[in-house]
Amino acid sequence: MTRRNAQIAGTLVALLLVWLVVFPVLVVARDAADGAALRAFFGRAGEWAALWASVWISLASVALAAAIGVPLAFLFEWFDFPGRKTLGSLVALPVVLPPLVGVIAFLFLYGESGFLARAVQRLFGLAEAPWRLQGPAAILLVHAYSMYVYFYLFTRAGLAKLDVSMLEAAQALGAGRWETIRRVVLPLVRPSLVGAAILTFMTSLGSFSAPYIFGGGFRVMTTQIVATKLNGDVPLAMVETLALAVVAVAGLFLLRRTEGDDILVALGKGIAPRPRPIRSPKIRALATAAGWGFAVLLLLPHLTLALVSLVPYGAWTTEILPPVLSLENYRRLFSEAERLRPLLNSLWMSAVSTAIAVVLALVAGWLVVRRRVAVRRAIEGLLALPWALPGTVFAIALAMTFSVHAPPLRWVLVGTAAILPLAYLVRALPLTGRALLAGYRQLDPALEEAAASLGAGQWRTLARVTLPQLRPGLAAGASLAFVAALGDIVASIVLYTYETRPISIEILSSLRLSETGVAAAFGVVLMVVSALVLGIGARR
Amino acid sequence: MTAFLQVQAIKKQWAHTVTVGPITLDVARGEIVALLGPSGSGKTTMLRLLAGFETPDAGGGRIVVEGEDVTTMAPARRRFGMVFQHFALFPHLDVGENVAFGLRGRADADRKTAEALRLVDLAGFERRKVQELSGGQQQRVALARALAPEPRVLLLDEPLSNLDPALRERTRRELRLLIKRVGITTVFVTHEQEEAFDLGDRVAVLSAGHLEQVGAPEELYERPATLFVATFVGRANVFRGAAARALSGADGVVVVRPERLRFAAAGLPGVVRERRYTGAAAFFLVESESGERFEVLAEPDAAQVGGRVFVTAERVIRLPENGQ
Repeated sequence: MTRRNAQIAGTLVALLLVWLVVFPVLVVARDAADGAALRAFFGRAGEWAALWASVWISLASVALAAAIGVPLAFLFEWFDFPGRKTLGSLVALPVVLPPLVGVIAFLFLYGESGFLARAVQRLFGLAEAPWRLQGPAAILLVHAYSMYVYFYLFTRAGLAKLDVSMLEAAQALGAGRWETIRRVVLPLVRPSLVGAAILTFMTSLGSFSAPYIFGGGFRVMTTQIVATKLNGDVPLAMVETLALAVVAVAGLFLLRRTEGDDILVALGKGIAPRPRPIRSPKIRALATAAGWGFAVLLLLPHLTLALVSLVPYGAWTTEILPPVLSLENYRRLFSEAERLRPLLNSLWMSAVSTAIAVVLALVAGWLVVRRRVAVRRAIEGLLALPWALPGTVFAIALAMTFSVHAPPLRWVLVGTAAILPLAYLVRALPLTGRALLAGYRQLDPALEEAAASLGAGQWRTLARVTLPQLRPGLAAGASLAFVAALGDIVASIVLYTYETRPISIEILSSLRLSETGVAAAFGVVLMVVSALVLGIGARR
Repeated sequence: MTAFLQVQAIKKQWAHTVTVGPITLDVARGEIVALLGPSGSGKTTMLRLLAGFETPDAGGGRIVVEGEDVTTMAPARRRFGMVFQHFALFPHLDVGENVAFGLRGRADADRKTAEALRLVDLAGFERRKVQELSGGQQQRVALARALAPEPRVLLLDEPLSNLDPALRERTRRELRLLIKRVGITTVFVTHEQEEAFDLGDRVAVLSAGHLEQVGAPEELYERPATLFVATFVGRANVFRGAAARALSGADGVVVVRPERLRFAAAGLPGVVRERRYTGAAAFFLVESESGERFEVLAEPDAAQVGGRVFVTAERVIRLPENGQ
């Protein structure tokens, strides 16, 4: 491809991305410029309460996740005790659980009719459930459970990059253990901590399933938007969507500013400290017990889900443990056409959106890194943009943009089979984009030149050299994108039709019909498929 | 007779201030030419222009092989073999697949692969992983891979810089023998004078994008055309003014190699400031009365630090005053 053609291709890709990720948001912004809706938004206390709730819930989630994840990271990276390796990877497990599945697992375990509540009720002979899993506390519990993993993984990665000689230097200069941590280790892992904080903040700001299921009367912005939209007050929903987008961008901007220089990281090239065995037998036993106890606690939701999925409809009333177990729910799930459909829908829609996201990211990566086209910064920014805005924003934006017939920019896609894959695609772009851009950057250009000097044309070089080299990044990006689409709820709830309903919608409707066993069976299937896909994606 | 590989007025402008060329260079069939220069001199750009990874600026520059103009031909169709600085072996392919990469579709690919590996003394290494090989072995696989499709010209980018120093000297001799045995026309890039002299039939010295001089090693050393070549190729003392007159009896810039300076009963007076002992001989750093410092290579006991000496030159290289 000549330089000129590459420039043209780069411009086309940039325009396509603008249409996909910027144009819908602009449509929302325009529709939000509605006097009555703006007055309603600024006048109602409930709107401000929801916006404030989104912000404080997100900040509290960051604090809680850090309080769990950071100490765990130090424990597993610096100390050795029996079961360290196994537990170390078990601890990262909640990240495999799609948000909705995690939420219903919590419901079955800690909810008012969950195992724990039943046990307490029976134990003390109470007439009613001892508690209700509802409101901000319930949301924070779920957030802390699923998001401490970000802090845990990021901090461990940061600690692993730490040069042991720097710790020794601090000690040689007379610093004690705590002083070394405070003055050397924490500043050095700060970029990792900020990275985890940003990820946690953005995830909880966009979190939908936990507030949707556990919120009760407590509204955050994501649930508020969907409720307003379903109530038919479209202009107000637009204003709310825009408000959430503004908060997300502002939050991202403020958190980024605390990131500091990268110079610190660049220095940290060396051998990480080896995990130290815990010498004192008492503390060792304590650490081991705490580690295993924690692992059980982490696995309980998964086990609960599996157990509930084995309970046939109506077979479990007041007992602490279900009296009958069978594979009835799974049989129904796979034999009844109407129950199988959501599963197949989710699979094909996720597969299509992932495939397109991968191809787009491949082309974009090549244009940005290899051909260094003039619009490369723009392409990179556009690929990352959907990550900076909560899923609700895009769900609403796409719903608005594609319910109007105004070619060439707008078509009626809402109500067709195309809209959900399109929504999943937008959410997938940052994942595949980042993975493949990084992959291209790590790829030695000499490899492609070597292929060319050996007589290989462009296509053969791509197939035999470039793609095999990009495979790890490609697999990682694609598996993350696929799992995100599979577990999506917020775009699905706004855009699904009965024909194209995905698993998450089916889980919600099963719950509404009190078919907890079927909902759990769907959850287990979702969990297993996600874990398999992520496992394949992480293989080298 | 025209040369096998002709580079005619090739030029590549990178930025306003950075231009490589125009460079003109002829390479005979079977000849090994070294492109020697410091970093930033344009030698790697020259090699990449030859390989086709860079396109020269328009304006009459041509690259011709066997009478065929390849100036704008895609690298894949040029039939130039290349060994990269870091070898660029495909990490997802084994040794045999790497070597066979350029032999696609040939019925005798297996036999050619085996032959190429035998040539570099790695017979039977087909199924080894490239990551398992030592640096020297990787270098030889890269060479076998480049040679297997029987290219017209072999290009080597700093072929020995990735090897540890102990291995370099031996590999250098083996590489030269091998290239001569194959008889392939070769251009290679290096920033080390010793490597260029040892491996090349002729050496082209580049500086700041310009070709300073092309010639056999002896010619460059004994008859450098410019001050740059004189000082970049080998050790050199540069004298101007009175000191130059005292040594050569004429005005202008005079270059004298350390081994061509002698301590004598009369000549340029100076004081020995330092002595560096190298075993067979010693370098004496001498400061003249007018403050010029220069090196004399002599017997280890030829002078003492602090002693007054007189220096004469056995053979001087005269350069024009503005010899850049």
